[in-house]
Amino acid sequence: MRSLARLRCVLPLLAVLLVAAPMAALAVDDPAEMLPDPREEARAEAIGAQLRCLVCQNESIEDSSAGLARDLRKVVREHVAKGESDRQIIDWMVARYGNFIRLSPPITISTLLLWGMPLLALLVGVIAALRVFRRRSTPESAPLSEEERARLDEVRRDA
Amino acid sequence: MSDEQQRNNVTRRRLMMGLPLVGAGVCGVAFWKMLSGMQTGAFNPHDINAPVTGRPVPDFTLVDQPPGTGFAAADLRTLKSPVLINFFASWCIPCIAEMQALLDLQKQVPIWGVAYKDKPENAAGLLKHAGNPYARIGSDREGRVAIDWGVSGVPESFLIAPGGLIVWHSAAGLDNEDVRTSLNAALTKVAR
Repeated sequence: MRSLARLRCVLPLLAVLLVAAPMAALAVDDPAEMLPDPREEARAEAIGAQLRCLVCQNESIEDSSAGLARDLRKVVREHVAKGESDRQIIDWMVARYGNFIRLSPPITISTLLLWGMPLLALLVGVIAALRVFRRRSTPESAPLSEEERARLDEVRRDA
Repeated sequence: MSDEQQRNNVTRRRLMMGLPLVGAGVCGVAFWKMLSGMQTGAFNPHDINAPVTGRPVPDFTLVDQPPGTGFAAADLRTLKSPVLINFFASWCIPCIAEMQALLDLQKQVPIWGVAYKDKPENAAGLLKHAGNPYARIGSDREGRVAIDWGVSGVPESFLIAPGGLIVWHSAAGLDNEDVRTSLNAALTKVAR
């Protein structure tokens, strides 16, 4: 009974932790990192979400807890506080780390195939579908010859 | 159904069976090449920041890291002979692994070290134990200079040509045979 009572004390705490855990995972490591102005902070987070963490490579710097990601988050916030535009900040990062730091790569000659792939796939699909439909609408076989018709009539009579 | 149609159908069926197999085969070979390249060091997924090569060194100033003296962009811009810049840290195992290679290499080209996000006493301790291959050493305690160089992790090395142009870069340790071969090629090119 005593352990049950203890459990009853722990349960609300567990509930709070369960709710708080995913919230903590979304935010930056340390609230001290955040900008005091919530609008500027939101803008910094939006920029950071477009930048690749170069250590983990498949996470944005906002999601990663790598040391370099933390440093880059700090840099983004400094530039936001200085009043730079999103474009300026992303260009600053690209100048140092190349287009690889952008999670969504810009359309260039080398990424044309990547960006054009959905359209290309749609085109191939439409052409394939059209060909299948056209074949279905045309008769499968040539009309029966005189001889075949006579044979068919014969079979029908017998049945 | 005519003979020709039947033959066409068989070809189509064979294609439908074969194409996915061929696709899987090509992917398999590509993955195998990538993974074996990662093992030998020929392919390094972290070796990404090519943008700095071919550019002049960025502006920076590094304070002294004992037992060496720090340096700044101006020191590299007034160079008369090439210098290898090596970002390292005492907490970085691959950096410790490449120390012997650096000690050999410094007979060939002077190496200037940058202690990346390291406590000065820890970096000094490493150099006392492993030996000091560096002609000059600066401390980048906050890691901000490294960002301007496009460093994504340690060790990372840059070859600076006279005049301060970055001509070669590697994000892999210099204890790797392929990396050293590529550095030697860059060095002969600079000497010419």
